[in-house]
Amino acid sequence: MWSDTVPGVDIVVHTRVADPWSVLTVAGELDVVGAPELRQHVINVVRGGHHRLVLDLSGVAFIDSFGLGVLVGALKRVRLLDGDLRLVVTEPRVQRVLEVCDLDRVFTIHPDLETAVAGA
Amino acid sequence: MSDGVEPDIEIAPGAIAVEIPARPDFVSFVRVVVATAAELRPDIAPERIEDLKLAVSEAVTNAINAQDRVGTVDRIRVECEVADDEITVFIHDRGQGFDRADVPELPEPDHPDRLLHESGLGLHLMAMLADESEVSSDDDGTDVKLVVYSSNRRRSG
Repeated sequence: MWSDTVPGVDIVVHTRVADPWSVLTVAGELDVVGAPELRQHVINVVRGGHHRLVLDLSGVAFIDSFGLGVLVGALKRVRLLDGDLRLVVTEPRVQRVLEVCDLDRVFTIHPDLETAVAGA
Repeated sequence: MSDGVEPDIEIAPGAIAVEIPARPDFVSFVRVVVATAAELRPDIAPERIEDLKLAVSEAVTNAINAQDRVGTVDRIRVECEVADDEITVFIHDRGQGFDRADVPELPEPDHPDRLLHESGLGLHLMAMLADESEVSSDDDGTDVKLVVYSSNRRRSG
């Protein structure tokens, strides 16, 4: 699709391992431009054998249906591999959009990274 | 916008209209325009402006997608009208329209099939976040109208 062809300069994703979790720290806008970039990062991390992901969305000020779609896709991807996905959400806007779409009942959401990587 | 293609902007009292190329990299520009128009009304709460920005963003993204599918080079028109008690945004595209009956219902969040729906949330978000949302669509294009009320009007019902 066309949105996958946009050059990747709109979000910043840092990946690090907090065993057994792989943490992707995301900053930027998860819209039609930024969301496909995150999807590619998730695909790369999962292909690298990491199936337990934490997506830290603390630096995400805007998320739309494309961003939500990538989050749902990431959850589906890791569950197929018997993995898990946790979200860190601190921005009220992001929390509101998740709630409006009932996705707060689909995802495991943590208020900070420490609790997200605590326990397995 | 780095390639020299610029949006067209018309400004009148209480109204801003822009025409953008049907490209994803112009969606964030439209969000800025809507926020700028909404800030002309000091009694619209910031979180309501954020709701409107998201609803408009969904409509513009759908419009770009619709025009991309038919390969038209027409621009997409977005009009913001600021009135005493509300702000209204119209989004018009010339893509191939859609039939609302073809949009699948979302399964309940705890249903396993919910994860099959990675898209299709845009119309839901528009309806949930705007105080009024109207979508009219036919083979020649789609018109979306989104309205957010001022806090005075919301309080009075």
